[in-house]
Amino acid sequence: MSTVLFDTPGPKSRIRYRLYAALGIIVVLALIAFVVYRFADSGQFAGRKWEWLQYAQVQRDLGSAVVATLEAFALGAVFALVFGAIFAAGRLSEHAWLRWICTVIVEFFRAIPLLIMMFFFYYGLPTFGVQTSPLFAVVLGLTLYNGSVLAEVFRAGVLSLPKGQSEAAYALGMRKTQVMFSILLPQAIRAMLPSIISQLVVLLKDTALGFLVTYPELLYYARYIGTQGAFGRPLVPSTLVAAAIYIVMCLLLTALATYLEKHNRRNKKHIETTDNRAEQIVLGAAGGGAGAPGI
Amino acid sequence: MDVLLDNLDLFGPFFLTTIELFLIAGVASLVLGTILAMLRVSPVPVLRAIGATYVTLLRNTPLTLVFAFLVFAYPLLDIVKIDYFPTAAVALTLYTSAFICEVVRSGINTVPVGQAEAARALGLNFGQVLGQVVLPQAMRSVAPPMISTLIALLKNTTIASGFSVTEAGAIRQYVSERGGDQMVALLWVALGFIILVLVLSLLQRSLEKRWSVAR
Repeated sequence: MSTVLFDTPGPKSRIRYRLYAALGIIVVLALIAFVVYRFADSGQFAGRKWEWLQYAQVQRDLGSAVVATLEAFALGAVFALVFGAIFAAGRLSEHAWLRWICTVIVEFFRAIPLLIMMFFFYYGLPTFGVQTSPLFAVVLGLTLYNGSVLAEVFRAGVLSLPKGQSEAAYALGMRKTQVMFSILLPQAIRAMLPSIISQLVVLLKDTALGFLVTYPELLYYARYIGTQGAFGRPLVPSTLVAAAIYIVMCLLLTALATYLEKHNRRNKKHIETTDNRAEQIVLGAAGGGAGAPGI
Repeated sequence: MDVLLDNLDLFGPFFLTTIELFLIAGVASLVLGTILAMLRVSPVPVLRAIGATYVTLLRNTPLTLVFAFLVFAYPLLDIVKIDYFPTAAVALTLYTSAFICEVVRSGINTVPVGQAEAARALGLNFGQVLGQVVLPQAMRSVAPPMISTLIALLKNTTIASGFSVTEAGAIRQYVSERGGDQMVALLWVALGFIILVLVLSLLQRSLEKRWSVAR
């Protein structure tokens, strides 16, 4: 599409474009250089501030912080997928009351900020005398929120399948549950895989909210190291390291989504869906938020 | 009910701060996001690369990390000391604009190719093609996901409460300091957010109805 927006540049435009390019590079480089200079000036890039990375103990702790992040991610992802599948099936049920209950639950959890949910499970539950832990609060929050979004994605996926699929299954004498779980959901999941993984990237990023409910994950550890006087309070280096790790993990997941999408297109089993609602849902929800009830 | 009535002096101003933060960051990220989208479809490869890098970086960074960086590391830059509220607005804007950019770009892709071709045939330059022909149509077709992104922004404002901004997410802490019931306070906060999200959803519905006809 982008090539339709402008003509092939002539000699004059080419010079102008080069000028813009040079200008763009200069502005960005100046910005980066300024920030780096200021950090360097305040001694943030001094060798001493990076020494912490060399300690075996720190490396081990950093490793276990990454593992803690991945643990919350893995648990949250598995539970959210299950939650999503169940509630998607519920929302597509023929019983009005079941549909209604599932819709209310899904919309409810999509409308509440994830952080409020985590506060709820971490600070709120103990007032009822229920034992709770940061990991529990983080995983439950991630599950309920992302599970609700995934339920919407699955539902959109099932609705976007050609009608012939379920009709053929019914014609073979399958029951409702069989049609849903052995015909529709598997195909929907395959078709929606890229959207599902985009949502999992969101889930991975949201584990950083654990920082605010004292779950000892990556960001929490980065902050901890950054305030250690013994290492010269390397706040900027430790945050940069955490950012790099987060970005690499998310990019790996995104790369997986892109690979699957390409693989999917080549696959003969792939069925052309009739709309792109699921992508729209994830696109809208990607910021870590909800969509409208029942778009 | 008591928790709400006893602490009305908390709920009122704190939710107002949330709405204020949402409006400021929302408008700013709409502007920045659209500019980024324009960069990403511009004829200059370098500008496209700059836009793409920004979006990739910000989309793959947790918002909490953006906050942490701005709140803890920005003061070390020693330029202008800014307060917690503007810092939160900047963090939310930087993060949300990356998502707005993607939404706008997907909208540009939905505009039929003929529109841009016709505009170019009339002799419009890139800025005119984009600003007068393509973007107005694109904005209409992406109104629903755009508002979903803004709803996400609204909910993300709660993260600011973890970084010393006195907004709705921080009500729990203040109520508990006063000896109130945290659980009930959180339920009220949740209800407040449901109402705000509902308002945005209604806006989304009406925009969708009005604009899906127009094209």
